[in-house]
Amino acid sequence: MLARHDRNSRFRPISLALPLVAFIVITFLMPLGNMIKESFYDAEVADALPRTIRLLNDWDGVELPAEEVYRAIATEIVVLQENRTIGRIGIRVNRVVSGTRSVWGKTARRIKGIETDDMITAMVGIDERWSDLALWQGIKKAGQRYSAKNYLHAVDLTRGDDGAIVRVDEKQRVYNTLYRRTLYVATAVTLLCLVIGYPIAYAIAHTPPILSKILLLCVLVPFWTSLLARATSWLVLLQSQGVVNDLLVWFGIVPDDGRLSLIRNMTGTLIAMTQNLLPFVVLPTYAVLSSIPPTYMRAAASLGANPVQAFVRVYWPQSLPGAASGCLLVFILSIGFFITPAIVGGTDGQLISNMIDYQINRANNWGLGAAISVIVLLSVLILYVVFDRWVGVDRLKLS
Amino acid sequence: MWNVGKGVLTLFVVLGFIFLVAPLLVIIPLSFNAEPYFTFTEGMLRLDSEAYSLRWYRAIFESEEWLRAIQNSFFIGICATIVATVLGTLAALGLNDPRMPFRRFVSALIISPIVTPIIVVAVGLYFFYTDIGLGQTYLGIILAHAMIGAPYVVITVSASLANFDYSLMRAAASLGASPWTAFRRVQLPNISRGVITGALFAFINSFDEVVIVYFMAGVEQRTIPREMWSGIREEISPTILAIATLLILFVILVLISVELLKSFGEKHKLSAN
Repeated sequence: MLARHDRNSRFRPISLALPLVAFIVITFLMPLGNMIKESFYDAEVADALPRTIRLLNDWDGVELPAEEVYRAIATEIVVLQENRTIGRIGIRVNRVVSGTRSVWGKTARRIKGIETDDMITAMVGIDERWSDLALWQGIKKAGQRYSAKNYLHAVDLTRGDDGAIVRVDEKQRVYNTLYRRTLYVATAVTLLCLVIGYPIAYAIAHTPPILSKILLLCVLVPFWTSLLARATSWLVLLQSQGVVNDLLVWFGIVPDDGRLSLIRNMTGTLIAMTQNLLPFVVLPTYAVLSSIPPTYMRAAASLGANPVQAFVRVYWPQSLPGAASGCLLVFILSIGFFITPAIVGGTDGQLISNMIDYQINRANNWGLGAAISVIVLLSVLILYVVFDRWVGVDRLKLS
Repeated sequence: MWNVGKGVLTLFVVLGFIFLVAPLLVIIPLSFNAEPYFTFTEGMLRLDSEAYSLRWYRAIFESEEWLRAIQNSFFIGICATIVATVLGTLAALGLNDPRMPFRRFVSALIISPIVTPIIVVAVGLYFFYTDIGLGQTYLGIILAHAMIGAPYVVITVSASLANFDYSLMRAAASLGASPWTAFRRVQLPNISRGVITGALFAFINSFDEVVIVYFMAGVEQRTIPREMWSGIREEISPTILAIATLLILFVILVLISVELLKSFGEKHKLSAN
């Protein structure tokens, strides 16, 4: 029996862990892999204009395409018009060469039934942009199945007419602004959480047990309360007719006609996110602080240190692992924060996650949404490797 | 001078705690507002009983959308918790076995769903589920919530296994116990607290989760947080405050049961020794 136990148990741990590992591979890794593919892959134009794109792939791009290419695209435009998908192709090509969206509808309406030996002249007659090399180059480019164009787009770069990578127009540089803003918010929220959270953790660690339990509950309840409930609450608290402004007016700190705008802007995002993430600094810091023997501080005092010296030289260095791991965690979580800025952030308090939502659910630009997601994922991954080297992911505490 | 410093520090800590709990403290009384406002009316400040009412709570139970959302939240939450608890407990048993190979790598893989930004997870699932036909289905959301809940179970069960002596399992085998009997009679009693705590965390996590639901649920599968999300963004009504209050009370209830579970476990251990 014992020999069998020892023999079987060599494979037991693997077979126990296997179901969850397989589950996570299927429901987590495969979707992420698929998302990465989606960020590079785009077959919409290639599938809609199969013959045209195949011919264009052999085209030198210097002179106008041959009659054969015009015939191919004319046939395919008729099919697209019947499927009612011509508009989508117009949008897609227009993303590569702007100002060409109307070409497609105009051509589709007039081309059906035209029979001629000179399709080039016929099509240029319908819309003279068909004699424009840029349009053809745009169609060819939009027809490539795999490309890094979503990534270029996601960092405000584009390909110029000559194919060189250039920055987009200053007015259109939305994404880099959002990355910078997200980093700024993550840094600010992390610092705020440290400044507010450290004293809270200190208080919990150094009060009598009963009070300390109650105080700990004051951290845990908000921590586990729905983010939406908390965001709703901040809307109510911070609006111009809200509780905070009412109190400020009542105390005479601000005049009634000068109520502060604290919500639906960057201020709202900072306030609400700091409250949301505060427990992530308080809990690990508290865990470390409560393990520092009080005798150390007394020893420092007996050796002549004043309280500030004792804190800086003895207490603070020992508390650093907890505070640092909490701060790193807050920073990482801030980068992917979505719900709170969406509700309390207005327009200038939106972060990069809100752009992902916009691209996928509103603009229907899945590839770009996927590319931004991959960028966010990679940044978080790098930070986690740092985190793991430093403190160890398996030391995450829940309660 | 030190006393002044101490006073300032105490004041700062008190303000910090107020900041932390203020959102919860304000929303609860306001949910009883008799008027459709989001601020304290004069009557409320005078503690006039007519200024308070249960109308927003009645509104929840008279609304088909909210009732369906409550039903969905519990259904999805319970199913996801069962899947997460079974898979998570098994995996924790394997991971904490001293003979487990590649332990660091496997733990990192298992924890990864909760350290990935939830919006990225949602985007990945959105494409994948659309491809395989799980978009806008209960099954899809349940599997997704089980995936983000299982790591919590692994963490809590691992914590309760940290002090488990694996030679006990050999001892049981030498006394003729089959692996199943040894697990049921020796190992399970030692980890039951971790399993229940992990299950509660997995449930709360599913119950509060909105991003995945927002990306994937059809109108049929909307949960409580998803209805709140629409409510806040479209036309905010005080019903949301009532729902939020119920959620806060629910969380307090769950946390208290976790706390009781802990102290019960400690007593239980003492009496066993």
